[in-house]
Amino acid sequence: MSSLSTTIQNVFNEPGCEKNASKSEAERKKGCTKQLQPGGAAGGCAFDGAKIALQPITDVAHLVHGPIACEGNSWDNRGSASSGSMIWRTSFTTDTNENDIIFGGEKRLYKAIKEIIDKYHPPAVFVYQTCVPAMTGDDINAVCKAAAAKFGTPVIPVNAPGFVGPKTLGNKLAGEALLDYVIGTREPEYTTPYDLNIIGEFNLSGELWQVKPLLDELGIRVFSCISGDGKYNEIAASHRARAAMMVCSRAMINVARKMEERYGIPFFEGSFYGIEDSSDSLREIARLLVERGAPEELIGRTEAVIAREEEKAWAAIAAYKPRFKGKRVLLITGGVKSWSVVAALQEAGLELVGTSVKKSTKEDKEKIKELMGQDAHMIEDMTPREMYKMLKDAQADIMLSGGRSQFIALKAAMPWLDINQERHHAYMGYVGMVALVEQIEKALYNPVWEQVRKPAPWDNPAENWQAIAMAQMEAQAAELAADPVRAEEARRAQQICNCKAVDLGTIEDAIRAHGLTSVEGIKEHTSASGGCGACVERVRDTLDAVPYALAAE
Amino acid sequence: MAIVTTVKKACTVNPLKMSQPIGGALAFMGLRGAMPLLHGSQGCTSFGLVLFVRHFKEAIPLQTTAMSEIATVLGGFENVEQAILNIHKRTKPEIIGICSTGVTEIKGDDVEGYIKLVRQRHPELDHLPILYVSTPDYKDAFQDGWAKAVARMVEVLVETPASDAPCDAKRVNVLPGCHLTPGDLDELRTIFEDFGLVPSFLPDLAGSLDGHIPDEFTPTTIGGIGVDEVATMGNASWTIALGEQMRCAAEAMKAKTGVPYRLFQRLCGLGPNDEFIMFLSEISGRAVPVKYRRQRGQLVDAMMDGHFHIGGRKLVIGAEPDLLFDISSMLHEMGAKVAVAVTTTLSPVLEKVAADEVLIGDLEDLETRAKALGGDLLITHSHGRQAAERLEIPFFRMGLPMFDRLGAGHLVSVGYRGTRDLIFSISNLLMADGEIHHKPTPETWRTTQVDVEAV
Repeated sequence: MSSLSTTIQNVFNEPGCEKNASKSEAERKKGCTKQLQPGGAAGGCAFDGAKIALQPITDVAHLVHGPIACEGNSWDNRGSASSGSMIWRTSFTTDTNENDIIFGGEKRLYKAIKEIIDKYHPPAVFVYQTCVPAMTGDDINAVCKAAAAKFGTPVIPVNAPGFVGPKTLGNKLAGEALLDYVIGTREPEYTTPYDLNIIGEFNLSGELWQVKPLLDELGIRVFSCISGDGKYNEIAASHRARAAMMVCSRAMINVARKMEERYGIPFFEGSFYGIEDSSDSLREIARLLVERGAPEELIGRTEAVIAREEEKAWAAIAAYKPRFKGKRVLLITGGVKSWSVVAALQEAGLELVGTSVKKSTKEDKEKIKELMGQDAHMIEDMTPREMYKMLKDAQADIMLSGGRSQFIALKAAMPWLDINQERHHAYMGYVGMVALVEQIEKALYNPVWEQVRKPAPWDNPAENWQAIAMAQMEAQAAELAADPVRAEEARRAQQICNCKAVDLGTIEDAIRAHGLTSVEGIKEHTSASGGCGACVERVRDTLDAVPYALAAE
Repeated sequence: MAIVTTVKKACTVNPLKMSQPIGGALAFMGLRGAMPLLHGSQGCTSFGLVLFVRHFKEAIPLQTTAMSEIATVLGGFENVEQAILNIHKRTKPEIIGICSTGVTEIKGDDVEGYIKLVRQRHPELDHLPILYVSTPDYKDAFQDGWAKAVARMVEVLVETPASDAPCDAKRVNVLPGCHLTPGDLDELRTIFEDFGLVPSFLPDLAGSLDGHIPDEFTPTTIGGIGVDEVATMGNASWTIALGEQMRCAAEAMKAKTGVPYRLFQRLCGLGPNDEFIMFLSEISGRAVPVKYRRQRGQLVDAMMDGHFHIGGRKLVIGAEPDLLFDISSMLHEMGAKVAVAVTTTLSPVLEKVAADEVLIGDLEDLETRAKALGGDLLITHSHGRQAAERLEIPFFRMGLPMFDRLGAGHLVSVGYRGTRDLIFSISNLLMADGEIHHKPTPETWRTTQVDVEAV
């Protein structure tokens, strides 16, 4: 376990991570192992994150060492696509039982690895640690080492039991496993000056293939993709690439940065969501490859492809622009993809009314603000009811979000489009952008919405649940508007720190009383942000806001 | 009589089984205003949540005590306390149902003790029922978690009626197993009501996960049986348990309230429904309504129409014990041979399955045997899709999870009508498969070199 905690500390101290860099020394020490809030947490565990990051490697066997819950409840539910081997979709688990817990599960794990190699002959086996065997002390590193030596097949330990932290930590621990055990262990058959690694791209719905033909056309070889449609030998030899693109920025930043450090492979952070982002990324790929010795003419050819693809895409999208005039989109998405999707939708002439920035850093928020202008309506933790109100007030005509919030839109009989992991459509590159616009148009103008919004003939429209919910919320708002004292009370009662139950008013008072200027100071006086730490951004925002409040008084 | 065999191998490949904490959590989702809570790492909840969302295509209430590594080692009292307080404050539930997981069971967290302590420290929770069920992941299966949770609900929530309290002749308690869908429960409710009976379903997924539009946005369940109604189940005249898994809960009800029970192991097929309908007629004192006499006739007709397609089929089935027994028996009664039967956990019904052998195993075992024995109809949950593709045989999805087709919650197999429609669906699938894959050609019956050599 000590080596795992060292790895975690090491992963936290990621100089390439903007979020980490923007933290104070003390915060950095705490790392990103936010203690999640019991009874108020959502999202996957570290094991989940590790599996998401590595399972798209298509030709290896992914073996989960733990009780049935970890694999049995979740297998074959990712939308990645493979161009070849299907063994990644075969589920392997030790399904540990009481005996394994009492006597240790190492023997079973070793036998399981043997059974897999005998029956399925994969080029490698990835072994995922989970909470239960981590608690009982199964040493998967030792078992993997022994099995690899005995069976002559690489067996890679992925040490990210669920309880060490959230999904994002798991992503990074998965990256560490690749760095420690896979990358650099093989030599490629041949190399070219056009060899590119793509890092942090999972080929959901096969979307990598929306971009790959353009790279093929330019003669740029996807040397290895980590990990979408990835193959073990390609990743093992990926240290010989000339340049790298990091797609989903923070998921595998440690891989990109350490490959630069160890093997001198320069990388950039880019996105293929949206036309401009796609063009920028292609340009950057060409630039980096030329810098690393590819012939200069690659740049000219890339520009030609960009010009042609942009023209094609714009022409396709132009047809929709009149249809989208005045249409407003509520965008709810976790994490860093927000800003690239925002840019993409604006290209189509849609107006954005908000985007969730739950997982984004301050810098991400700035990017979104810049892209969306001053009116940006930032949605931190909208409640379902508020989301509904926002949709209902016709501030938004359609909601784009991940699977979890879809039911709010659908129950409110509002158009909705899935843009997260479980989605069935691919939205990457120029063709993907056109596809997204097509899907939005289909959703917006589907006549079904008029049908489903019709009240039942026996309903009194004034008494249906929508009307009642709206009336309640409006009454509340009106009451507050009429009563400035209560409005101020309500404003001050906003909970900022959930763990320590600290409201905005308490923090503002402390800032005024003690002339506080830092999050640390606020923590000292009010305990806010002293729990899980998730509210640090909100606490910091109060610091920004209070001086104005003081000036106004 | 089938022999029940547990497959011996170290590595489970393509699991059929799911864990018991989420089975327990699903049971709590059949209570009104409930918030199920898994005591474990946040992943335990997240996987269950995604699974149910994809199956029911509904918002799912499910929370976590979010145990970290340190909390796990030191014990989870604070996490349990915080979780209860947070849920109470934020979602105002009518009940919280806690299921343990592997990791907290290994530590040996005394959750019952924790709850007592939480109650002492927080009198504001006095009126909030908090139930705990021990459901370690490393034992048993989904169905067991469900059964244990329901038994616990009976033990804790049902009140013992006063000794002189008259029972309500019309009232019946219904304890459905987790192999029944919300659609099944709706169908059953109609049948009970047609006999003038007033059923209380515990749990009642039909009220909460049937896909209706809620009256209010709530983070807890949007329907299901209320705690108040559960409390009065002791006044009923009968308890009807559906599926062998519910025997424990029915026994608990009898012990606590004295209400007698009748257990129906199956509700799919002609014979089981004849028994069921006659029992309802007997306890209600009413003649069987014309509607059901007609439905019986329709089922008999459907069985005759369907047997051309189902008769002689080699069925390959993977399901939890009660579903396996129910569906395979119905198809067996129509002439299908149960060639391969794989299940997740032990149950007394397994040896009654009309197969030579029932395996406690996984979908790899199912696939290997299906290939060897030439199975030609696969029935299991959505995870069978890869096997079906490789085996190239028609695949009918039943059980949980069913994430790659719509209508999982409304697939009905109970009653005369439900059986009739299920026979149609399966027969149609087989017919469509025949049209696509088994059209005769001039070569179909030609003697080949292999045949010649064989002679």
